[in-house]
Amino acid sequence: MNKKDIPQDHSALVNYIRELCYAVGEDGNYETANSTGWEVKTTALDVAWKDIETRILDAKDKVLRGKVSPVLFYMELRLMDIKILSAYTGFWQCTIKRHFKPSVFNKLSEAKLKKYAEVFDISLKELKMEHFNADKL
Amino acid sequence: MQINFEHRQAAHCENGVTTNLLRFSGIEITEPLAFGIGSGLFFIYIPFLMVNNAPAFSYRTMPGLIFKRTCKRLGIDVTRKKFSSPDSARKVLDDCLLNNQPVGCQVGVYYLTYFPKEYRFHFNAHNIVVYGKEDDRYLISDPVMEDTTSLSDYKLSRVRFAKGPLAPRGQIYFPHLDEKVTKEKFAKAIRKGIKQNVRDMLYIPGPVAGVSGIKFVARKILKWHDKLGNHKTGLYLAQLVRMQEEIGTGGGGFRYIYAAFLQQAHDYVPDDRLLAISEKFTAAGDMWRDAAVQAAGIFKGRLTQRDDFVNMHDRMYQVAEVEKEAFTQLSKLKF
Repeated sequence: MNKKDIPQDHSALVNYIRELCYAVGEDGNYETANSTGWEVKTTALDVAWKDIETRILDAKDKVLRGKVSPVLFYMELRLMDIKILSAYTGFWQCTIKRHFKPSVFNKLSEAKLKKYAEVFDISLKELKMEHFNADKL
Repeated sequence: MQINFEHRQAAHCENGVTTNLLRFSGIEITEPLAFGIGSGLFFIYIPFLMVNNAPAFSYRTMPGLIFKRTCKRLGIDVTRKKFSSPDSARKVLDDCLLNNQPVGCQVGVYYLTYFPKEYRFHFNAHNIVVYGKEDDRYLISDPVMEDTTSLSDYKLSRVRFAKGPLAPRGQIYFPHLDEKVTKEKFAKAIRKGIKQNVRDMLYIPGPVAGVSGIKFVARKILKWHDKLGNHKTGLYLAQLVRMQEEIGTGGGGFRYIYAAFLQQAHDYVPDDRLLAISEKFTAAGDMWRDAAVQAAGIFKGRLTQRDDFVNMHDRMYQVAEVEKEAFTQLSKLKF
């Protein structure tokens, strides 16, 4: 890539960082220059975020229909998967899967719910099934 | 308390931390040199490690290795510590800063508040330098940022103890320098770095890593298309491009850094073939970028025919061939 070809497209980084790129200068030697972004990269990021949004909406729908507990919704909202959630809470992965069931979730002790609430950065009340209100977020 | 630390922006976080810490110790090193001596260039496909619901790809070596190898090859001792509790982690960090030693830290990106929201995933192998403390705020030099920044005690502790795959566990590291690094030592380190990189890319066993890993993924694209359909394959390709061009971890970008490394290595190892091979890596970097444009067509939904996926497959095969040739030529250099 020649230095003059470094893309300067709009991206999410615009107000934060201009990243450093290595490119060939006019004399054939490598130089560095800053770039505001590249459209291809931005689209790839958009695709990933669109996928995340679908997963969140899907989870929300399931919670509202009473199929799963809010743990799944908040897990998706915080971009986690079961492995990461397990690492943060200290619960085993199979335990977390059980907590996805509303019947199990509703009987959870205060202490366990508190752990989830802490990890998800929400209040204990928001986590409870009967107060579930995803539109607020 | 603030250490007189020079912040220099880098294309990739670990290169940047390595370069900045070594420069602080008085070694004249640049980002490409650190990357090359640490044998940073790589390709690996890790099918069983799902990141954001798509398989993981990496265009560079394991996190931590670039710093480790670069220091080792230059004959520099390294202190590296992990912690079980945030309190002891904070104490050791404070002690280092009191001793006028800037410290490299491995951190998770998700809670890194100065990053744009769009880039904050649960990715735990980001690297920053902590170079001082002022009224309970730690002064941070993040090599992918243009300027230095700061984090509160709580926030720094949170990113240092992020959880999940590659959890940093408060890891800190810094070099100790006893003697000056001579030009001969640099030349020797460069040879070692190239040698190992040749081995990593050409001769590593198994189908998923090195040059054969690129071809493996190319074939996989066709299989994904048959089995999982356009949408899912598009998601996987988006992941491939993101890993290639993600902030501070550019893949095409890595090829350019390696090309720059070979050019700069020429100052230490005067062999003109290095310059010719450097151009090959520039070409490989360009081809990766063109492949990314093709992939973008697919995940945007503009290209949907099977031919388009075959095209993607062919492009990756060609890149693999170019890189194979370049590394084979490097392996033949006798120095």
